[in-house]
Amino acid sequence: MLWRIEINGKNGTPDPGIRKDIEDLGIKGVGSVETAQLYIIGGDIGRVEVKRISEELLSDPVTQRYSFSRVPAGGKGAAPGIKTGKKAVVEVTYNAGVMDPVEESVRKGILDLGIVGVDTVKTAKKYTISGKVAEKDLKTISEKLLFNKVIQHVVAGRGSYTAKNPPKYHFNLITIILLDASDRDLERISREGQLFLDLTEMRHIKDYYMKLGRNPTDIELETIAQTWSEHCAHKTFRGLITYEAGGKKRRFNNLLKETIAKATAELNKPWCVSVFKDNAGVIRFDEKYNICFKAETHNHPSAIEPYGGANTGLGGVIRDPLGTGLGAKPILNTDIFCFGEPDYPFSRLPKGALHPKRVMKGVVAGVRDYGNKMGIPTVNGAVLFDNRYIGNPLVYCGNVGLMPKEKSFKEVPKDGDLVVVVGGRTGRDGIHGATFSSGELTSESEQVSAQAVQIGNPIEEKKMADCILKARDMDLYDAITDCGAGGLSSAVGELGENTGVRVDLSEVPLKYDGLTYTEIWISEAQERMVLSVPKEKAKRLLEVFAKEDVEATVIGEFTRTRKLELFYGREKVCDMKMEFLHGGNPKVVRKAKWKAPKYAEPRFACPKDLTPSLLGLLSNWNICSKEWIIRQYDHEVQGGSVVKPLVGVCNDGPSDAAVAIPVLGSKRGVVVSNGINPRYGDIDPYWMAASNIDEALRQITAVGGELEQVAILDNFCWGDTDQAPQLGSLVRASLGCYDASKAFGTPFISGKDSLHNEYIVGNRRVSIPGTLLISAISVTGDVTKCITMDFKEAGSLIYIVGGTFNELGGSYYFGLNGVTGNSVPTVDLKRARSVMEKLSAAIRARLVSACHDCSEGGIGVAAAEMAFAGGLGAEISLSEVPYGQKYPPSGGRRNDHILFSESNTRFIVEVSKENRAEFEKSMKGAVIGLIGRVIDSGDFAVYGLDGKVAVRTDIAEMKEAWQGPLRW
Amino acid sequence: MVAIKGKPKVIVLRAAGTNCNEETAFAFEHAGAATEQVHINSLVNGEKKLRDYHILAVPGGFTYGDDVGSGKILANELKYKLAADLGKFVGAGKLIIGICNGFQVLVKAGLLPGKGAGGEVLEATLATNDTARYEDRWVYLRMAKSPNMESQNRCVWTRGLDEVIYIPAAHGEGKFVPKDKDVLGKLWANGQVVFRYVDPRGKLAGFPWNPNGSVDNIAGVCDMTGRILGLMPHPERHLFSTQHPRWTRGEAQREGDGARIFRNGVKSV
Repeated sequence: MLWRIEINGKNGTPDPGIRKDIEDLGIKGVGSVETAQLYIIGGDIGRVEVKRISEELLSDPVTQRYSFSRVPAGGKGAAPGIKTGKKAVVEVTYNAGVMDPVEESVRKGILDLGIVGVDTVKTAKKYTISGKVAEKDLKTISEKLLFNKVIQHVVAGRGSYTAKNPPKYHFNLITIILLDASDRDLERISREGQLFLDLTEMRHIKDYYMKLGRNPTDIELETIAQTWSEHCAHKTFRGLITYEAGGKKRRFNNLLKETIAKATAELNKPWCVSVFKDNAGVIRFDEKYNICFKAETHNHPSAIEPYGGANTGLGGVIRDPLGTGLGAKPILNTDIFCFGEPDYPFSRLPKGALHPKRVMKGVVAGVRDYGNKMGIPTVNGAVLFDNRYIGNPLVYCGNVGLMPKEKSFKEVPKDGDLVVVVGGRTGRDGIHGATFSSGELTSESEQVSAQAVQIGNPIEEKKMADCILKARDMDLYDAITDCGAGGLSSAVGELGENTGVRVDLSEVPLKYDGLTYTEIWISEAQERMVLSVPKEKAKRLLEVFAKEDVEATVIGEFTRTRKLELFYGREKVCDMKMEFLHGGNPKVVRKAKWKAPKYAEPRFACPKDLTPSLLGLLSNWNICSKEWIIRQYDHEVQGGSVVKPLVGVCNDGPSDAAVAIPVLGSKRGVVVSNGINPRYGDIDPYWMAASNIDEALRQITAVGGELEQVAILDNFCWGDTDQAPQLGSLVRASLGCYDASKAFGTPFISGKDSLHNEYIVGNRRVSIPGTLLISAISVTGDVTKCITMDFKEAGSLIYIVGGTFNELGGSYYFGLNGVTGNSVPTVDLKRARSVMEKLSAAIRARLVSACHDCSEGGIGVAAAEMAFAGGLGAEISLSEVPYGQKYPPSGGRRNDHILFSESNTRFIVEVSKENRAEFEKSMKGAVIGLIGRVIDSGDFAVYGLDGKVAVRTDIAEMKEAWQGPLRW
Repeated sequence: MVAIKGKPKVIVLRAAGTNCNEETAFAFEHAGAATEQVHINSLVNGEKKLRDYHILAVPGGFTYGDDVGSGKILANELKYKLAADLGKFVGAGKLIIGICNGFQVLVKAGLLPGKGAGGEVLEATLATNDTARYEDRWVYLRMAKSPNMESQNRCVWTRGLDEVIYIPAAHGEGKFVPKDKDVLGKLWANGQVVFRYVDPRGKLAGFPWNPNGSVDNIAGVCDMTGRILGLMPHPERHLFSTQHPRWTRGEAQREGDGARIFRNGVKSV
């Protein structure tokens, strides 16, 4: 028996957001859009039970009403898909095999009612659109707004409601004929199998099996492909590179080790506990605890299914700290996104690409739901807009974890230790995620790679995390790692790399029947982790998980064979040497070439009135308020929030770094920030890297953080680095990372790269700008010495700290005028740290009332933000700004250049009159300028070099310009 | 009243998706209680007994993902699996607090607003915010005054609190909706309305001050005994000055506004 239960609001359930989005599509005449929740429940239950389920579980007696009916067996038109007429109806449901977390909750809820006999639960959403809508428009609305064919479909008949039980799997060992394969065959095998292995690698594998005198099984070849994928092996960063720049050649045997990790090794900080080894980098926090930090991207899945992609992206990075050492408690998230501009015309979208606004809404919702439901505060982040991200958005998610000191290292599994998989079940979801992310996106990606996309279940992960931390504290396992890209294949392979491991894949708990042994092995189903458990502790471990309804299953054991041995029941399906798997990939020499691009220099005169420019910058997508996003994240759960993402007199000003207390009751805190400036990379990736590090450290300084113990993460998202110029710019950025890391004394502790961020439509390739995210974390001894960026008091003085230069290349001001220029901001690597240290000390000596990082939009934007955040006006005089020329002068000193230059290592600082002398004394040796004062009225005025007014506006107008664009 | 040796014992209830349990436990310990964070399964299977505790705290989170409606599934578990134990707990005059998701659970389990003077069930719910989205923002709450009551309201958790307190709210389904005018009238008459959303001047106001569109700006209610309190905003997130969003502007007091609520609870055992 199949029942369809419909839940509606008593007064309707309108969704004004969708209505607005329909208007944005250019479709007129829609009255309202109503939504209803549908549950389709199958099993041996009658009307009485269905009524109870509807009344006592699925509907709210005060605000909702329900109706239910039997879904007639067979026949056409049993269920409406799309119905037009006066009111159009569209019903949307998940595709078979896509995880729907609600199903599980409903099943549990029904059992709690004491009702047994329910076999299937499915959910669907019904949209009722009133007004005149043509069928063609309805189709557009459905496809563009109501469902994503990658995971959902419009209900078409009863078939959509019944989850067909997939056929049972019958074991059948598959071998791949490699020994007799020609080069063309090898390429075909790689392509058709979605292995993303190139010819050299395929030949290498063939040679290996020639020596063994047998063909590989499918699972062996898949395991090699997963392990050698760019995603898992980072073969570009760890491979051989010949780099050519300015007529000089340099060879890298391992780019990572010779730049980024080299800086860390040379800095050799005693507080670095574990770097570049584990799932996250670990540093010391206090006498009892360490903290770990990791950021990752989930770009390709987010491009084709923004909600699920971002959702599982965050879910995945949370499992990194959870899988670091013996497990860290996730304590905060930080998320950075890059999208196309939200007002990009629909008509110009490349085929197969989702509209940036839809991508953005989906990504934000995906991150929101996962973070909020896990109870991890999202403390800060950034959003960048550039139309080169349209087909290939970037979704960076970062997570910080806290662990007891003695739980910071894994042990090597011992012979006979059990392999235990915990958490969610394995399904067909996410097959080939690791290899998928290592290739380019095409307009067909959504079809061929749909399986690689999943929806997360944060409650499953929360349950699992709760049990893991409990088992950790009871000392019930020796090692742990997460199932990320590559699934069990990577997780088990990693843990057993130095020992050997034997797994019976038929023991892995499955969501549904029908999975082959290979699918079980490489599935990237979410919310799973693998533990190494001594036999004598297994019973107690399994109990801990069982008590809280989390599955934990023994699937194999570690050995001393140094082999990966996989079975399906009694059948052996894989027998491979770890040595070949983890060290056998051929080293390919890649060519890298760097040549500085030349952009046209601007040729416009300095406008007399810079007010429109300032307001224009405040309204820029990249600079404007992100409050719409920030408020959707719980940034205060766990109770540790100290400096929030929104600060100031109305709690709506843009904060710099976030500050949080990981251990309640203590004053010791962490300070977290980000630096990202892809526009500078268009001119010179070296200075982009240095600028990003400078920016991340500036933000920490601005809130009163200390520089003694700052650790950073690198996250490279690049285009196709098989192209020499792309790889050249990557190398150049890495060199910038090395130099700046050394100069600032801030070691990298972990990192990640994603190197095929291109979107291919027909013959046209669109590459993202090479984008480097630097995430920084610092430990501060006393959070009560921190400050915020909002002006505090009329009459106090405004200083600029740091010199301003004619560095407007890649600036937002030049962008506003349609040019890029070449005068990219550089960093004075010799002096930058000392400027920041002086300022940090002054802040911690309580000499500073407010401080703001001077970045996008320069002095103008920073001062404006401080003013409206504090509800106070300001007067600023450009003639007092210490200014110099780093690049050949173009027309000498100009008001606009001084006001909007984006020179690094600068801060706008508010100092009370009483603290003037002390402040100036403590900043001795650094370039500072007293450039204005805070005033009581809301007026905001900037006086130019000639003493005449260059900007005249007020805080209300500026705030409106800044808040308007993303006030959705 | 139960005799107490040593500190009053608080059970902080956990279930799949509870996520404010640690800071809620911390808040009670800060207020002088001993706490234990207990999974619902341990109560259902009898491993732990509700009767061993003096205060039941149902913390915030997303129990079971709020999948069929916030708090609903945990509410049903309490209703169908622990009804007798809960009945005795309440009957013994013990205290209960539900915060955010915990408030949703108590309301959907029928413990709040509970029964009226004549034993009639007062139905209410917490519905989707008027903004239709989850939001995190700080809110001002004013102690509600009932026309028929000499003091403020009958809640034991809020005695001696400042007229207006400031704590954060973070939820997507927090709009308090009584079943009808009759229920609303009784809540007022009974002194069951505890907190109302107000603006910084203490006046009733709409969004964003009333962050979810709650009827009569109601942010928290208690039962007829005043011993069961539920509220959407999070008092456990404002115990220290540094949690105040404008502490760097000198606006925070040494102790956060939420701390008093937990102390009152511990004192009232």
